[in-house]
Amino acid sequence: MTARPAEFRDTVARARWLAPLTIVLGSLVTIVPIVAIVPVLPPFGLMLLMAWRLRRPDVFRSWSPIPFGLFDDLVSGQPFGSAMMLWTLCFLVLEVIESRLVWRDFWQDWLIAGGAVVLCLAAGRLLASPLRSAVGTPVLLQMAVAVALYPLAAALCARLDPRPKAA
Amino acid sequence: MAPPRNRRPGFSRRAQYGLFLSYVVAGLGVAIGAVLLVLSTFHPAAFAAVRGVIAELTTPVSSGLLAVRDAIAAVPENMGHYIAVTGENARLRKQVADERAIVLRARTLARENARLRALLKVRDVDVKIVVAARLVSSSASSTRRFATLNAGSWQGVRGGQPVRGPDGLIGRVIETTPNSARILLISDPESVVPVRRTRDGAPALATGRGDGLIDIRSAMSANMPFAVGDVFVTSGAGGLYPPNVPVTRVSERTRDAALGRPFANPDALDFAIVQRAYLPEPPSSPVPKADAVR
Repeated sequence: MTARPAEFRDTVARARWLAPLTIVLGSLVTIVPIVAIVPVLPPFGLMLLMAWRLRRPDVFRSWSPIPFGLFDDLVSGQPFGSAMMLWTLCFLVLEVIESRLVWRDFWQDWLIAGGAVVLCLAAGRLLASPLRSAVGTPVLLQMAVAVALYPLAAALCARLDPRPKAA
Repeated sequence: MAPPRNRRPGFSRRAQYGLFLSYVVAGLGVAIGAVLLVLSTFHPAAFAAVRGVIAELTTPVSSGLLAVRDAIAAVPENMGHYIAVTGENARLRKQVADERAIVLRARTLARENARLRALLKVRDVDVKIVVAARLVSSSASSTRRFATLNAGSWQGVRGGQPVRGPDGLIGRVIETTPNSARILLISDPESVVPVRRTRDGAPALATGRGDGLIDIRSAMSANMPFAVGDVFVTSGAGGLYPPNVPVTRVSERTRDAALGRPFANPDALDFAIVQRAYLPEPPSSPVPKADAVR
């Protein structure tokens, strides 16, 4: 029992640098050498951000998505400022949800993260492309893939940030 | 899932103010994001410099990854070639024999065409190639269709230059950095290319849709019937794209427009060719865009 606080501090320190690193790498997935003709890649940066935030609320502030969103805007091709705004809004909404729904299981986390991803993709589509463009179906598919892949992001966070064993 | 640990700052004034301040900062972040968004909507090139710094760093990585992808993709292809080589040889010999007559006729026509153009004293603008480079990555998670080219202003690439592949038009350069350039693909919802039909020269506008297809609308006042299989090439109007580059073939007719598939598949091409802008904009009085398209 005496070793536990020190171990706990270690995991906090590790999560403090691992979380930003993985989120930035998630945003950087767009540099893979494919020239897509429809939006095929799910927003890995946002998925990892939500996964980390739902697992480790203690290493984030409510303004933490601002730098991550800014970076994502630089590499994603979406108009500058969109992820910065939408991701921060997601965090603020998440804090409201968290104050109501304190004890959550994984299904609820999945629902929350999925909702955030779907809302951000929908809003991003409205902000980035003119209304007449026919990107509705690809974006719906992208949403489905992103929601389906969220457990992978959560599993990655769990692998990178194992909880200290109780006792 | 455990309840959050740091959401209840207790009785400490400092902790309470800190929490309050973090919400203020978050709200400010949302507001600044909205302002940046409005700025980049009305002036898309506003943050080109910042994007360029990142692109300079990521483009070499993408180029390296592309080389790896090519190496892996080449293995089954080479094996297939090795197996199919005899049959293909016979087929190609037959094709060469069959097409000799067509080639002869085309040569005669080309010579005659050159002679007639000389008689008419048509001033030809020869299209100069700036650089041949590769498209190394794209905005694959966004609804916009941008690609990154691994050549930039050090190789002579400038904004506004057309980019084509061996099969047809790919897009145009919109931002350049020393070693990379951002390409707006013709399938982007904000790309418009003046085209004409090869069959009768009827002018039209090819607008991207964002889903890989292209909307073709007549540029004439009269209604223009489209037929499936109509081929559209650039018309050279506007002075940006050189004429006669294949753009799209009609695959489906809608009520007053047509849907086309682009000829060039940007993911499959080996090299993209950046060309000089067809007719450089005059420096003193730029031609109004509406007139230029017509």
